[in-house]
Amino acid sequence: MSITNMNVLIVDDYKTMLRIIRNLLKQLGFNNVDEALDGTQALELMKHKHYGLVISDWNMEPMTGIDLLQAVRANDDKHKDVPFIMVTAESKTENVIAAKQAGASNYIVKPFNADTLKQKISSAIGAF
Amino acid sequence: MSENAHLKSAAYGRDQVVSIINSVIDKVHKTDFAAKDVLFQELHDLKMIIDDSRKQLGSARAGDINGVHIPAATDELDAIVGATEEATGAIMDACEVIQEHMGKMDSAVAALVEAEVTKIFEACSFQDITGQRVSNVVGTLKTIDEKVGKILHILDESVPDKEDQQKHIAAEEAEKTEAERLLNGPQLPGNAISQEDIDKLLSAFDD
Repeated sequence: MSITNMNVLIVDDYKTMLRIIRNLLKQLGFNNVDEALDGTQALELMKHKHYGLVISDWNMEPMTGIDLLQAVRANDDKHKDVPFIMVTAESKTENVIAAKQAGASNYIVKPFNADTLKQKISSAIGAF
Repeated sequence: MSENAHLKSAAYGRDQVVSIINSVIDKVHKTDFAAKDVLFQELHDLKMIIDDSRKQLGSARAGDINGVHIPAATDELDAIVGATEEATGAIMDACEVIQEHMGKMDSAVAALVEAEVTKIFEACSFQDITGQRVSNVVGTLKTIDEKVGKILHILDESVPDKEDQQKHIAAEEAEKTEAERLLNGPQLPGNAISQEDIDKLLSAFDD
């Protein structure tokens, strides 16, 4: 599937960050981008649509990004193997390890730049 | 749990203090006269320390910490998050307008503008990071608030009610010089006078 048609889900409780990521994704050619403010909202959206990429923050309420990742990987459905990139200000080694162990495809620490986002997406979905 | 471990690990309730004192009194009854004097003196010293601590807490108006200062600080911090969110929103609105018009630009200029607009978007992520740091500070303030509340409860220094606080704030205001009274910094949304009201006020001087 081309990135133009790929559905991407971005999850962050800060609207500023959702808008930044959405804009950077648009520049990369992603036109179908949905937003959720926490893991619960994300799971709800994932019930109704198939996403080719999930980009999620960690620290959100009520459902965190790591809980979302674990739920996605535990569910035996169409999203079990979806590329999942954690984009977070949590910058401790143990966070990165926990994310990797939970099945994160990649990990971006905030603040990040457009090149880093492009590179990690490329590595996660094999595009560009 | 040993008595010492218990003393170290838990805040004293009034009942616990009474129980300790009763225990000491019990020992006093069972011991010789000379030791009684020593124990009485120690109890007296202990009472003096408690009285002194309560007086100091009273004069420092410790209740103001969780009654006035911490709520004010959290409100200010919430206002920072709100203001930065609004400002970054406005910056990104402007960037998106520029992006919409890039098609009309010379391709070399458009590429340059796009690269610079991307940098602005990247820089706007400060709002998220700042917001998270401020949330951590608010969390710390809430912990201090709870701890101070517990200490005051133990010492039976009740948190002053609203009326009491207002009186105290008014008294503090009265002690300020005119110059100090006018130095308050930005006001929280809702407390600030609008430019429209300022204009009306100024124009009233001209009437």
